[in-house]
Amino acid sequence: MTVRGPVFDEDLLAGVHDVSPLMLGIAPFALVAGIATVDAGLGLAEAVGMSVIVFAGASQLAALELLGENAPLAVVVGTAVVINLRMLMYSASIAPHFADYGRRLRAGLAYLLTDQAYALSVAEFDENPDRSRWRYYLGAAASLWLVWQIGTVAGVVLGAGVPDAWGLTFAVPLVFLALLVPAMKDRPTTVAGVAAGAVAVVAAGLPLNLGLLVGALCGIAAGLVTEVRAS
Amino acid sequence: MTGALAGLVASPRAWVAIVVIGVLTYGIRLSFIHLFGRIDGVPTRVQRPLRYVPPAVLAALVLPDLVTLRPSVAATLLDERLIAGAVAGAVAWRTENVFATIATGMVTLWIFRFVVFA
Repeated sequence: MTVRGPVFDEDLLAGVHDVSPLMLGIAPFALVAGIATVDAGLGLAEAVGMSVIVFAGASQLAALELLGENAPLAVVVGTAVVINLRMLMYSASIAPHFADYGRRLRAGLAYLLTDQAYALSVAEFDENPDRSRWRYYLGAAASLWLVWQIGTVAGVVLGAGVPDAWGLTFAVPLVFLALLVPAMKDRPTTVAGVAAGAVAVVAAGLPLNLGLLVGALCGIAAGLVTEVRAS
Repeated sequence: MTGALAGLVASPRAWVAIVVIGVLTYGIRLSFIHLFGRIDGVPTRVQRPLRYVPPAVLAALVLPDLVTLRPSVAATLLDERLIAGAVAGAVAWRTENVFATIATGMVTLWIFRFVVFA
């Protein structure tokens, strides 16, 4: 395990290089997060605060939408946390690769864990066992972090300057749509998506903005039922 | 510093949400990376439902923003957001490209809002 030695070496640069094509998807996503912040009646401080402290796009957009609708704090937090639960899987899956590193390094690497950094790194670790894992991961994950922060700030500036009639916040469901379609990759996951969406539409009028949470939980249950029936 | 403080006072609700979500999300990220060695991986009982979190949550986020139930089927379907969402969904399915999905969705929305339904 090569923890020692310079940070900036070819392994780190390989991470930066490999993650760069993904920025085409991340940059507009970050812009939308900035625009959504303005739309929720918040400003640059909240946008940067949220992007640095939370640093998880889908949950940020959902939280901003609910904050803008004056939903109760428990619903805002509960919804965002349910969305981020998937990272439990990433944490478990990448943990063996970081097992030899010290507690502090692992704590830092965990902060940068995202869908993209996880997927890219685990694939590379399997293919190239000689890589310095933490450097490769850091190259990819820190690049994503940086683009996310810059994009959020740009989105706040853009969101404040474009007239409401253009409906720029419509880009928020479009981002989710772009993530949803590949997530429905087999029958049970498709059933989960369809059920969750249908229930959320019908439950949109529920008090406390509980429609999203109820829809998501019904979708998860529907996916499980479909899986059990198929086996 | 004064700017940041003013922002804090202006939106305490948002800041409480940001900090609590941030702390809990970090806990999720750190969980197994921290515990590895003591726990051998995610138990199957937890793993199975987690597989359905992304499609379920994303669909529950998207659909209510595209569909508003109205008294008649025609009024529900002839909605610029639903039409734009359907076009963007088709693009997402064919290309799996975030940028192309956003671009076609926005342009379709504008065509229907400013030209067709104007």
